[in-house]
Amino acid sequence: MNLLSDAFGIHEKALSVRSQRMEVLARNIANADTPNYKAQDIDFKAMLQDVKTEYLNATNDKHYAGIQDAPDDGMRYRIPYNSSFDGNTVEISLEQAQFGKAAGDYQATLQFLENRIGGIRKALKGE
Amino acid sequence: MRTIDSVFGIAGTALNSQLVRLNTTASNLANATTVAGSEKDAFRAKRPVFKALMQDEMTNAAFPTLGGVKVDHIADDPTPIRSLYEPNNPAADKDGMVFLSNVNEMQEMVEMMAASRSYQNNVEVVNTAKQLMSRTLDLTKS
Repeated sequence: MNLLSDAFGIHEKALSVRSQRMEVLARNIANADTPNYKAQDIDFKAMLQDVKTEYLNATNDKHYAGIQDAPDDGMRYRIPYNSSFDGNTVEISLEQAQFGKAAGDYQATLQFLENRIGGIRKALKGE
Repeated sequence: MRTIDSVFGIAGTALNSQLVRLNTTASNLANATTVAGSEKDAFRAKRPVFKALMQDEMTNAAFPTLGGVKVDHIADDPTPIRSLYEPNNPAADKDGMVFLSNVNEMQEMVEMMAASRSYQNNVEVVNTAKQLMSRTLDLTKS
């Protein structure tokens, strides 16, 4: 195991997805009053799946290149519970709840990272 | 790479737009009792129309604002102007008519509350992002 590059495992990638999700939710809240704005969200599962998927490699000249899907950015449009007259699909209470949850998720990932760093630090010091 | 600081940019554009909305509401309320000498000059309630920023249009902003919101234009309320027979009013036209503004005060109060709530939402977003950012910085201390 490479101590420095593998130390954080999936959490490094997760933190970036989490901060991206915070951005998407901030965008929804910012556009809560914009006509025809469609609320979006990140499908965390789809995104993680994309990270884990391994494609076939062409190791010989005679191999055909495998068909690769475009990388899934996990962005999905939200299906609103109630439609509105101006075509806006942001439901502010839902967005607020999701934002709070996303902030909690972000902190959880931070906590994991913090523990990893603490562990490495301990190992380096030899305590 | 996208980082948490673009949240500041996005919420910032929203704070700006909501402030414009609050300003137009203040202007509408201030002019609720304005009268004019012709229908053309009568005050019409102003409404900002928001638009999502789909390209990074504000290049001089300190934070990226992609996905934020801006005020596209300010539209006049199409509600018809009411006229009143008031021959003693110095603003009256030759028939003794004055033209009132089409501001509906009740509607403006609702608009004001909605704008202030939206503003508060975005302040809360900035606060949360700020806390998370400082916690991320604290990672190096643990």
